[in-house]
Amino acid sequence: MKILEVKDLTVQTGDGSKVVSSISFSVEPGERLGLIGESGSGKSMTALAVMGLLPAELRASGSLLLGTGQDAPRQIIGAAEKELNEIRGKVASIVFQEPLTALDPLMKIGRQLSEPLRRWKDLKGDALQEAIISALMEVSINKPERIAASYPYEISGGERQRAAIAMALACEPSLLIADEPTTALDVTVQAEILTLLDAVVSKRGMSLLFISHDLAVVSRITDHVLVMKDGSVVESGSLADILRSPQHPYTRDLVASAKELDNALEIAKKSGGN
Amino acid sequence: MTTKKRHSLPLIVGCTLVGFIAVMALVSIFWTPYSIQDMTGGRLGPLSSHHWLGTDKLGRDLLSRVMIGARIAIAVGFGSVLIGAILGVVLGLIAGFAQRWVDESFSAMFDILIAFPTLLLAMLIVAARGASLASAIIAIGIGMSAIVARLTRLLVKRVLAKDFITASRASGTSWARIIFIHILPNIWTTLIVTFALQFGFAGLTEASLSYLGLGAPPPNASWGSLLQEAQATVLTSPVAAIAPGVLLVCLVIGMNLVADGLRDVADPTLRRSR
Amino acid sequence: MKRSPMIKYIIRRLMVLLISLYVASTSLFVLLRLLPGDPANALLSVGATPEQVAAARHTVGSDLPLFEQYFHWLRNLSSFHFGTSLIGNVPVGPEINSRLSVTVPLTLISFFVTITIAVPLGFIAAYKSKTWYGTILNSISQLGIAIPVFWVGVILILIFALRFMIFPAGGFPPTGWSDPGQAVRALVLPVCTITLVMSASLTRYVRSATLDVLNSDYLRTSRSLGSSFMEAMWRHGIRNAASPVVSILGMELATTFIGAVVVESVFALPGLGSLLVQAIGQRDYPIIQGILFVSTMAVLVIGFLVDLAQRFIDPRMSKSLAGRNA
Repeated sequence: MKILEVKDLTVQTGDGSKVVSSISFSVEPGERLGLIGESGSGKSMTALAVMGLLPAELRASGSLLLGTGQDAPRQIIGAAEKELNEIRGKVASIVFQEPLTALDPLMKIGRQLSEPLRRWKDLKGDALQEAIISALMEVSINKPERIAASYPYEISGGERQRAAIAMALACEPSLLIADEPTTALDVTVQAEILTLLDAVVSKRGMSLLFISHDLAVVSRITDHVLVMKDGSVVESGSLADILRSPQHPYTRDLVASAKELDNALEIAKKSGGN
Repeated sequence: MTTKKRHSLPLIVGCTLVGFIAVMALVSIFWTPYSIQDMTGGRLGPLSSHHWLGTDKLGRDLLSRVMIGARIAIAVGFGSVLIGAILGVVLGLIAGFAQRWVDESFSAMFDILIAFPTLLLAMLIVAARGASLASAIIAIGIGMSAIVARLTRLLVKRVLAKDFITASRASGTSWARIIFIHILPNIWTTLIVTFALQFGFAGLTEASLSYLGLGAPPPNASWGSLLQEAQATVLTSPVAAIAPGVLLVCLVIGMNLVADGLRDVADPTLRRSR
Repeated sequence: MKRSPMIKYIIRRLMVLLISLYVASTSLFVLLRLLPGDPANALLSVGATPEQVAAARHTVGSDLPLFEQYFHWLRNLSSFHFGTSLIGNVPVGPEINSRLSVTVPLTLISFFVTITIAVPLGFIAAYKSKTWYGTILNSISQLGIAIPVFWVGVILILIFALRFMIFPAGGFPPTGWSDPGQAVRALVLPVCTITLVMSASLTRYVRSATLDVLNSDYLRTSRSLGSSFMEAMWRHGIRNAASPVVSILGMELATTFIGAVVVESVFALPGLGSLLVQAIGQRDYPIIQGILFVSTMAVLVIGFLVDLAQRFIDPRMSKSLAGRNA
């Protein structure tokens, strides 16, 4: 029973130009799929389409089936808003790139976290407060009480993103979509967030759809990869295969530049060590 | 990649509107259909081929009076924007370079002057200097300078924070050269948009002053005065109460469109989704 | 934990308010003393004898050294003694007081009606910005800010007072508010005039703030967690949209007041505005001083209250709309 099954998904703008051109892929339970491509490749639009959150100017067509083992898979494209409200969060949730704008700037973190907790776990009062704290602790936030009482602008970028991840997890989704979750963060913090995602996804047995432009980041956390360019999937396969023998010229370029960087780092490491 | 056309509809429409009024004003310097001393038209006459807009309560041709009003409207616009620009940019430059408490004092001064309604300020200056075109222009110009100064200060600070300024200083450029070669060219486009907007509002303020009897004294009456005179006989001869108002609105809308157009042409990325 | 910084802010802001009041009154003093000509001139006719001039100056108090005048000025202000009108020879304070009974209701009613109209209209203009009526709303509000308020008044008089004779073309019942029905009737057209013009500008602000919220990421996040659009707007949208709108409410109130000042002349209402215009024409300085001081004080106090309200909604430090073109 696939978590996500995408068939011939096309996303078009009002004047007919295609942001995403007829792509198909699927995600199994427990699978980690990476979606890699540069800006403009359509990867973020794909993620938004899965959640039914495309901007009003864009139209999606094709088939997008989202479902868990318990319920029958639901068709996202063309679904009514009411239906989508029941699916969003519960089956799949999403972590966005820039936590500073993704969080309500005028609301304390704890209160923002209480929203999904209250809705999906039906908690109130003290139980809710405890759930907020433990949710923050699960994402490795030190001093969760302080963070819960703070506004987004008062805490660091890494803490914000952890809070956003906590909110996404609070719904206990089967599929977690992460759209460039580390791109806006400092390099050191990036590694921490990746480790966190890795741990949390494993622990909860979730599926992961990880979107990024950075092959190195994607290779740390996924098993299978989809390479997108200009709205189409140009190559797909296991991470190992892609890295070892990329077929499509674009993929080859990606792998080659990643390897160059790797070699440069190795050389630097070696000469630094002397 | 489609290249966006740099033509802007607002700019064209705006320039047409303003141009029409400017031409009227220009022509009135040399010629009007009748002299404003000429009171032979018959009181409150209707629209006719002799008097396109009819006559006022003293028998003067309304069209001629309206044309002279256009002259005053344009003069006030230019005059006050000029005063506001010179005063505002100079003060804004100084404030932009100032630091800490000097800067804060400037900021506070600008904010106070902006909060103080321009019309009230104009009334105060008229109380001091007596009602005249010069008083109006000076007063409105001063009120305007605060807005210009605050904007200039903000823009200057933004430019000063950029790296190329530091680089320029490092290579020994004097502050004077930096102002003229780096700062002013970068900020003048935004400033021009503000000037265009202020032109229209200057016209509105002067019209209010004249309506209240505190503007340029007759017979060189501005549109505001014409409207005040027309009010008493508005039922019998509505044209006199409508024409100057319509022209004033056209002038202001025209300048607002010009401002919008300039904004489009200067930096299309600034345009918010309308 | 939250109380302390808020209270500190209130105290600091209060001190700024008091200092501003002091600076404003001193500036007013300086400004009016800088005027060419002696204030006593209003009492004199052309060709007055030196004795008459001296007597006039003594009456007005302009023969005292500047410091003494300043001291008297401050002392009088703090007890709201604005001196005596040079023309009517009546005390300024009570005169201003009676005029306030017209201007204050006019300003406040217009302001609240404006808010009632502009907030829903601005929301619709933003939410339905792609529809034909949304675009029309937007165009109308662009038009509205270009129209002089007194012209709207004259047009309304033409239509509703003269042609259709529903409301009076001007004036206010001499008995004031003791006949509330007549008083309200006299204020209907003036209020409509001010409201029409002010709604245009406020609608634009509300529309802009709402658009920002509609396109925001945090709204999207809330929906991604399962809330409906309305739920998300209610929980997050309102507060975030309110913040920029509240910050300009103070200025809008000041502009409404100025509108009232002009409209009073259009409709011949015995308010503060018409008194000011009259006093300027007659160079009646005590009245001008008094009215300007009262207006400035009102503007400052309102600014203070709006500041507090904004801080309450949005606790972020530097929230500045400066640099944003209208």
